[in-house]
Amino acid sequence: MTLYQRDRTWHPPALAPDYKTSVARSPRQAMLSLDATASELSGPRFGHGDIAPGENDLITNYAQGGDPVGERIIVHGRVLDENRRPVPHTLVEIWQANAGGRYRHKKDQYLAAIDPNFGGCGRTLTDENGAYAFRTIKPGAYPWRNWVNNWRPAHIHVSVFGHSFGQRLITQMYFEGDPLIAHCPIVKSIPDPRAIEALIAPLDLNEAKPLDCLAYRFDIVLRGRRSTFFENRPEGN
Amino acid sequence: MDYLKETPSQTAGPYVHIGLAPAAAGFDIYEHELGFDPVPEGVPGERITVTGRVIDGMGAPVKDVLIEVWQADASGRYADSPEDFRGWFRVVPDFETGVFTLNTIRPGAHGRHAPHLSLWLVARGINVGLQTRMYFPDADNAADPVLNLIEQPHRRESLIATGESGAYNFDIHLQGEKETVFLDV
Ligand SMILES: [Fe+3]
Repeated sequence: MTLYQRDRTWHPPALAPDYKTSVARSPRQAMLSLDATASELSGPRFGHGDIAPGENDLITNYAQGGDPVGERIIVHGRVLDENRRPVPHTLVEIWQANAGGRYRHKKDQYLAAIDPNFGGCGRTLTDENGAYAFRTIKPGAYPWRNWVNNWRPAHIHVSVFGHSFGQRLITQMYFEGDPLIAHCPIVKSIPDPRAIEALIAPLDLNEAKPLDCLAYRFDIVLRGRRSTFFENRPEGN
Repeated sequence: MDYLKETPSQTAGPYVHIGLAPAAAGFDIYEHELGFDPVPEGVPGERITVTGRVIDGMGAPVKDVLIEVWQADASGRYADSPEDFRGWFRVVPDFETGVFTLNTIRPGAHGRHAPHLSLWLVARGINVGLQTRMYFPDADNAADPVLNLIEQPHRRESLIATGESGAYNFDIHLQGEKETVFLDV
């Protein structure tokens, strides 16, 4: 068994000059390509003992006696692999700014207010069908130092494990209809518009909770695994 | 063919710690943060410490990096349940100096693969998480199939830590003459 090759033309390149920080942080030598070995095919496992109930509810998981300010939303979807197989029991972690676009991080100096009732992170395990759900507040756009007037579209950062260390992925989810998506140098580091489309979560009115909460759907696809029908290399390679 | 495309990666950004290491971001939210437990007492194996820095193309330490470590146990076996020695750690450097410290056990060899730590780095400015490996200076690395795939002998050195007797240093260079070999696996 091994992993499907990662399509590097689908992902953003390491060097994306319009995203300035990538200039000094992008490797310049060719990466070393190899078939995944035991180190990449295996990966850490997580169980229900690792997380506590309610950690996927960002409206309540840091509340200090009140509700966070902002638009209440559900973000849900499935984790699948490239073979359309669900990825069950895998850890999904998210983090985001509050409704005003401010992160609860000692390094964030943006003038929008910290929300005393909002932490901005959550985590959950997918169920046996690969499904996951979070309840949260729609994050606000925020300015960042790149060009003089760059703004991040509203986004939620998403981290997923899968079952192999070689499937490890961090990405960002955007919201359908956000006009800032088209202007963002980080989004546009992705060359293929179809790949960008895959990061934009559509509004999902059917899963919205009437008089309570809107919903957005975000499915995540991890690298697929291929069986090796004929083994022609020695064990351990 | 009816395959799906992998979800494209995006940078973890400067605030990755909020999601993956909230205590480092400055707040206390989870009962139990993942990836920061010391190796439990009874786990067999030599205790080791790895310190290092991730260095950018200007020679400056990357102070907002987050590294994940995945490794075999002392017998060369990878854990397949959370109850085992998990073999997985998160490492966050000191935000002022960029120096990180990992306390773990020395992994065993796995097949022909010499003992190594697998590392995955994310940070602001890194668009797709970078995979690499750290090998040990005091191990027999001669037959390792990954090191042997590296054509230029001097670049092999970029994957081998310095130090001895359980105290190692491993700097990761994102660019420049000493650029670390990153793996597309
Ligand atoms: Fe962000």
